[in-house]
This record gives sequence, C-alpha cells and structure tokens, in this order.
Amino acid sequence: MIELNQLYQGFRDPTTIHNLAREIQTLASQYPGNINIMEVCGGHTHTIMKYGLNQLLPANIEFVHGPGCPVCIMPKERIDHAAILASQPEVILVTLGDMIRVPGSKGSLAQFRAQGCDIRPIYDPLDTLTIAKENPEKTVIFFAIGFETSTPMTAVLIEQAEQQGVNNLLFHINHVLVPPAIDAVMADPKATVNAFIGPSHVSVISGAKLYRPAVERYHTPVVVAGFEPVDVMESILRIVKQKLAGTAELDVQYSRAVSEDGNLHAQQKVNQYLMIRPQFRWRGLGPVANSALMLRPEYAHRDAERIFSEKLNVADIDDHKACQCGDILRGIAKPKDCKVFGRGCTPESPLGSCMVSSEGACNAYYRYNGV
Amino acid sequence: MSVEIKLPTEKAVQLSHGGGGKEMNNLIKSIFFKAFANPILASEEDAAVLNLDGPTAFTTDSFTVSPLFFAGGDIGKLAVAGTVNDLAMMGAEPQYLSCSFIIEEGFAIASLKQIVASMASELHKSGTRVVCGDTKVVPKGCADGLFINTSGVGRILKPHISVNHLQPGDAIIVSGDIGRHGAAILMAREGLNLESDLRSDCANLWPVVEQLIAANITIHAMRDATRGGLAAVLNEWAQASKVGISVAESQIPVSDEVKGLCELYGFEPHDLANEGTFILAVPQTIASGVVEIINRYGDSQTAAIIGQVEDNHHGKVILTTPWGSTRYLDLPQGELLPRIC
Repeated sequence: MIELNQLYQGFRDPTTIHNLAREIQTLASQYPGNINIMEVCGGHTHTIMKYGLNQLLPANIEFVHGPGCPVCIMPKERIDHAAILASQPEVILVTLGDMIRVPGSKGSLAQFRAQGCDIRPIYDPLDTLTIAKENPEKTVIFFAIGFETSTPMTAVLIEQAEQQGVNNLLFHINHVLVPPAIDAVMADPKATVNAFIGPSHVSVISGAKLYRPAVERYHTPVVVAGFEPVDVMESILRIVKQKLAGTAELDVQYSRAVSEDGNLHAQQKVNQYLMIRPQFRWRGLGPVANSALMLRPEYAHRDAERIFSEKLNVADIDDHKACQCGDILRGIAKPKDCKVFGRGCTPESPLGSCMVSSEGACNAYYRYNGV
Repeated sequence: MSVEIKLPTEKAVQLSHGGGGKEMNNLIKSIFFKAFANPILASEEDAAVLNLDGPTAFTTDSFTVSPLFFAGGDIGKLAVAGTVNDLAMMGAEPQYLSCSFIIEEGFAIASLKQIVASMASELHKSGTRVVCGDTKVVPKGCADGLFINTSGVGRILKPHISVNHLQPGDAIIVSGDIGRHGAAILMAREGLNLESDLRSDCANLWPVVEQLIAANITIHAMRDATRGGLAAVLNEWAQASKVGISVAESQIPVSDEVKGLCELYGFEPHDLANEGTFILAVPQTIASGVVEIINRYGDSQTAAIIGQVEDNHHGKVILTTPWGSTRYLDLPQGELLPRIC
C-alpha cells in the first residue's frame, strides 16, 4: 500500500530543495538582468509563501503574483449577485470554499447566511445535485466559480441535472479562463514579467498547449509546474536555464499529470454546456474580452442570471481608490508598496481582490511574509 | 445534524420532560442521578453545598458539536473533558462540575443515555463529581439535538501557571500529535466522504497533569489546544507574555491521517482543534524530563519539544521549514473551509 508520506516526501525533501536553490543561485548569478517570474495560479503563490521559497532565491529573481485566484478576481457586483440570489424566498445558494468569506458591497455571503439566508459551502459540486433532490420545493442555485480546473465539474453537474430531470437546479456561471488573463496582464506596457510558471491543474484539463500562444506572443519561457516545493524550485531552475540560453519555450515540469492535449473528455463536456462570454469584469484587471464562460442558450432554463435578471441589475463596483491590486497583478507593485496594505486592508476586512482569499498575493504576504 | 436513530417504537424526549413535573423527575432520576450518583447531587437542594479550601479555579464551557457522536468520543465525553481540562491547565485538581442540558424535542432517549454514560466514565478518570445540573427541553427545530454546558471548580495545586509567564529560553512542548479532533469532526460531517481510522484525541488530561504536578516541575504556561489549535495557543502566549516563539515544523508531531486530510482539503494541522492535547512552556533544562513524563502517563506517546521562547519578534510566532526558510505562524481566520481546487 502506498503511504501518504511516500507520495509527497520526495517533493518536500530538504536536501533536494537546498541543492536546487544552490544551482539556481549559481546560474542566476550569470544572468545579467532580472528574472520576473509570474506564477499565474494562486495555488503556486500559496506554495511559494507557505514554504518560504522566495527566501531561497537570489535577488535578481522576483515573483509576480498573478491573477489566478478565482475568489480574488470576482468583482463585487457579482458577489452581490450571489447575495441577492440567496436573499430570494425559497432559494438555497450553493458555492465552493472560501467564496463565502469574500465581501461584496453589502457584506459577505457568510454575513448573509448569519441573517438567515440558506447558503451552503460545498467541496464537491455534485453534492449540489443531492441538495436539489432533497429540497424539491426550493430553487437551488449553484454559484459556479473557478478556472479551467473546476469548470468540468460544473459541466458534469449541468449534465446530471439535465439527465435526471432535476429541474429546481439553476446556475450562476463565473468560470474564467487563464490565457486572456495572461494577455490582460501583459498588455500593460509597464508589465515587467519575463517568465511564467504555468498553472498546472488548469493544464491537466486544458493541456500544456494552452500556453503556446503566450510563449510565442511574449517570447517568454513558460514552465508548467506542480504544487510541491521541489516542483516549484525545479521549475524556477528550468526558467533560469532558458533565460541563460536565451530561449523561450513551453516546458512541462509537472509531467506526472500534464499532457500536451489535456483531458479531452473534460474539454468536450465543458464545450457541450458552456460557451465563451463576450466580456467579464475581473476584480483588479477590469473588463477582459472573451475571458469567461456562460451557459449555452439551450440551457437558458437553468441560467439564474437570466431568470433573476430583473433583481440582478447591479452596476459595476470598483475597489477602494487606494487599492493597488491591479498594479500588483501586473507586477508593477508589490503588496507592501500599497498604502493600505496591512492597515486599512487586512484579511478580516479586505479592500481589494488580492487580500480576500488565502491564494491572493496580499493575503499570502500578510500571513507569511516579513519575518 | 440530528441523531439518526429514529425508529417509531423508540422513546424520545418530549416537551413534557422539561416541564418540571413527573416526566421530568423520571428523566432526571433514571438517567442523570443514576449515572452521576454522589451524595451532594442526591441531596436535591436548590444549590450544591461545597467545601472549598484555598485558591480555586472556576471555569465554564458550552458544548455543541455536529455530529454528536464521532470517532473517538461524543458530546458527553467532550463536555466533561473540556471543562476538566480547563481546570487541569491551571494546575487545579478538577473537583466539582455543574451540568446543564438543552435538549431538542424528539431526541432519542437511548442516545441521551449513551452520552450521559460516556460523561460518567470520563468523570471517573479524574475523580470529578457532577454536583448540580439543569435540564431544558426546547421545541423541535429550536436546538440541534443536544447542547451541554458544564462549569467546574478545582483546587489549585500548582499556582502561577499563566499565559503571562513565558520566559525567553523556555522550551515549547506539545503533549501529542496535533489536529486529530478537528480532523475527525470534519471527516464525520456531511460533504467530506472519507474513510479513515482517524479518531479524535478527546481525553481527560487530569491524570497526566497530576503526574507533572507530582513530579514538582516548573511550569510557566500550559494550555489545551482546543479551537484554533496549536497556532492559536502559541499566538495568544506570544502576545500575552510579550515574547517571541519559534517552532520547527519538522518537530511538530502530526499523524499520517491528519496530514492526509490536510493535504486533500488544504488545511493546516496547526489550525485544527484538539480536545486532549496540550502545550507547555517550561525551562529548557527540564524539557526532556517533561516529555518523558507525558509520554509515560498520557494517551499518545508522541509528545515532543517543538520550539523555544525568544526575546525578539515579540508577539509573533515563527515557523521554520525543514529547509530553513521561515514564516509567521498566524492565527487561523474565520471558519475552516476546504480549498477550491
């Protein structure tokens, strides 16, 4: 039998980490400029900060913490949507994880739950099907969030609801896409990113090929990395080697899970039920074209945004003026450059997107950094 | 979540059981008096009469847990161990407890008996007596099965244990592997469908604390790492005593089961609750002896020195990773929610 320890021990081995750090130090010292690596995914931000990997790197390697946290990038008006939906009579609102902590303009979903709204955080989206079946007299709304990684689970939930005739289950779709977010970050002429750590669980679904356009468009190395400390350190080493060699290639460090084409079956399910949304406003980045998904018209009968459209007429709500999340996401500013960081803006009362979830850059800095 | 045993023939608590009449009398006598039998309780006066001598510790706690029965314990065991442990952590011998039940109408009598029996067995471990109590029954839907409040008093045998007494140079000791109660409860809840041998660490800590007191060792601070886990205790200590605390991640004992749950759901073992695991700050010179005593008399044999108290980074707890990088060990925030992907 495989023991858990055996599964991850090698990926957290101090000797391996030290050796990788030493090799990175040696090679990076031969590189004349700065290597600004964007780890797009919040999971990587968390790994880097939690395991203190940034402390093991030379001064000319910097991390730019990207927009890959599905909770962080949710604009306030869409969190308000969730709260409005949850406040409707006979509605159960179901959503994932720490979405319920994030404040909209009138409070977080946790606060609305305390006021009596039926809001249920779940781990497995398919649990929503059970909730809908157990409450046939209620309208159950799945507030769907996440990048390419979690979208297939929503697609399967739609499929199951259709096949089993669970008609009281509706969807509010907030699924977003990684490549347009990378483009939005790189579109800023001040953007300093010159290498990427590619989100790897996204790539398990979409395939490593997802990043080819970025490699070609921006002439930057993209290394698809796993989430353990050794994975991230090895990926940084591969980036440094590419920078030294002057190459810009797509490289898969997380080869134990990521293939070129990804999970075609999952992709097919997503395409069957969802389609590109012409525009989605990202918290911190603003409106980004073709950067999110929506239900296909044939499933309009399950679209909570359409069915409750009169109630959901909420104007765009910007973050606090002092908030620098947009600059932080582009790599122009660090969390500590922001005037409100740790003062007006804390995990308990976040002003901007990067502070809201444990995968946000400011939140990770607030919790772990500064020792 | 309500208790699942709901056969039509089964007896359930009714509103009349809380009405102060015959039914209530029957319930109290046949269940509570029988299980908690002692002369003070049996005297049935309006208040228990106690003979207390010298400095006395006094504490109270209310217990609500879902599910009521979990691997390694139930709400009854928790309600006794929780209050007994609060007294023990102050160096006090747990003597007398009060015990109040708020019961939801329809609650199975058999479940109530089972819970009370586990309270009695836990009381026995520390020679503690329930000397007064109260029972209320509320209409269905007004409580989640059963709530228990216990208060306790105990004679202080070892004074000067305090959150304010940590001193630079002290060793930080944890009495066993952390996070088992929180992990067991999370697993038992709906939604996380996992199978595991994981059991709560829920335990009466007086027997082991009694041995520490008998050995006459110096204890600067001692606290059971309940809600908020190890992280909460260390942060409270660092702030209250205005010292810094450093711990080595590799020295903190965590069972494979707890590690597994944390890996899957994105939790940290040091944020998870414990109900029978405590933290001590003692002078470095006696630390290994303390670990030996705990391992000899405690439930788990995994006590360990995990760090030390320092005279810098006041108010902060710093965790060192096995590869030498450091980070703050922060207080857990908000409710524990599984990560998204």
